[in-house]
Amino acid sequence: MGLGISFIYFAIILFLAWIAGVLPFLKVFFTTVIPYVALVVFIVGVIARIIRWGRSPVPFRITTTCGQEKSLPWIRQNKLDNPSSWLGTLGRMLLEILFFRSLFRNTQAEFRGDRLVYSVDKWLWFFSLAFHWSFLIIFLRHFRFFTEPIPSFVTFLQNIDGFFQVGLPIIYITNILIVAGLLYLFLRRIFDSKVRIVSLPSDYFPLLLILGIAATGILMRYFFKTDLVAVKEFTVAILSFQSVSGDLINKLSPLFVIHFTFVCTLLIYFPMSKLMHLGGVFLSPTRNLANNNRMKRHINPWNYDVPVHTYEEYEDEFRDKMKAAGIPVEKEV
Amino acid sequence: MKLYDGWKIILGLIVFFAFFSLPVWINLSSAQSRVKPQLEYPKDSKQCVENKDYMNHYHMNLLNFWRDSVVRMNYRYVVRNGVVLTHNGKPLEMSLTLACLKCHNNKQKFCDQCHNYLDVKPYCWDCHIEPKGGLK
Repeated sequence: MGLGISFIYFAIILFLAWIAGVLPFLKVFFTTVIPYVALVVFIVGVIARIIRWGRSPVPFRITTTCGQEKSLPWIRQNKLDNPSSWLGTLGRMLLEILFFRSLFRNTQAEFRGDRLVYSVDKWLWFFSLAFHWSFLIIFLRHFRFFTEPIPSFVTFLQNIDGFFQVGLPIIYITNILIVAGLLYLFLRRIFDSKVRIVSLPSDYFPLLLILGIAATGILMRYFFKTDLVAVKEFTVAILSFQSVSGDLINKLSPLFVIHFTFVCTLLIYFPMSKLMHLGGVFLSPTRNLANNNRMKRHINPWNYDVPVHTYEEYEDEFRDKMKAAGIPVEKEV
Repeated sequence: MKLYDGWKIILGLIVFFAFFSLPVWINLSSAQSRVKPQLEYPKDSKQCVENKDYMNHYHMNLLNFWRDSVVRMNYRYVVRNGVVLTHNGKPLEMSLTLACLKCHNNKQKFCDQCHNYLDVKPYCWDCHIEPKGGLK
């Protein structure tokens, strides 16, 4: 059911974008108003979301992570999985953010005959990693359309990405990997009944949307070419707050308008969806807190501010009576 | 309102904002962002092998097809409807140097204008000699 709704949403956006590519009035609206709405919603939305998360207190360190904690000197600590230092925590965060270490531990439960078997499953890790890295590299490569002058890392990435020099325009490795990754993530939700039953429209929709972005981009690069000079003049104008002439908007092909509308949709959808794991991964409490409970006192931030009567004060108050009753005291005076 | 681990959160948000607004800063800090490609078309020749729109979008496919035809199949002349096209009375060869560059003889003012603008690095010039503007 979630799948159907996602397809309907996707189809509505596709239809609107297609209409916008054909009708001049809508085209102007979709190419000059929507992008700024999208940018503002994206930037402000993400910041608001993170600040809201930042206001949640962190009462304690989660110690039950995936390795031996720091203990007696002759017990070897797992410094990356259960760090007690700042540096170890940084290492754990980097491994999580750059290489999805916790997903690497993914297992799969399935019935083999009548036995329930847990097995290693690295495919989800592999395709997720392929998808996310491809998306990042594709985003960075797009700086050739975003800016003038073009930063030098774009040329560097293009050279590596097009290393095999297959086809013309050269086929980028990331273009293949992002589609393969997205298809795996999408089909997994359809064909694996255990995943399907927990999948919601908010799981299918972003995959469809990003698949739409990738597909339109690939179509434009290899099959139905668009006027790239016009596209770049347009994006640079948008990204430097210059006015866009009607003549320039006329040169933008319908396929580009669809691609562009999908990207704007993604930006608007981003802060209010699960895609916020972009910021959320940095705030994972099982990853970003050093396990130093026994070295440092962590005070629960929502503790009431009650008057405390410490043992020292208690002993000062009752020392005479304690001595008289023969109870041992810490300070004799 | 209290922000727990405030400076870390704010540092992260600054990095986020800086990264995603980078294109804007690059464009605004450079006068180059208003420079657009200025193509210099041949003055003494009005006719290209295909129409302008096709050449604008698909010239790379045409050149790739030419390359494959000549190098792999030894078909050397541009044929349209069974007839070899001619240019100035001579049959038109499928060749970057002997056809395209005869008219478009200034790489800097023609090819490079869009290619540099879009960071396209075609490997034509791995083999072909760049025309220096004087090639006729």
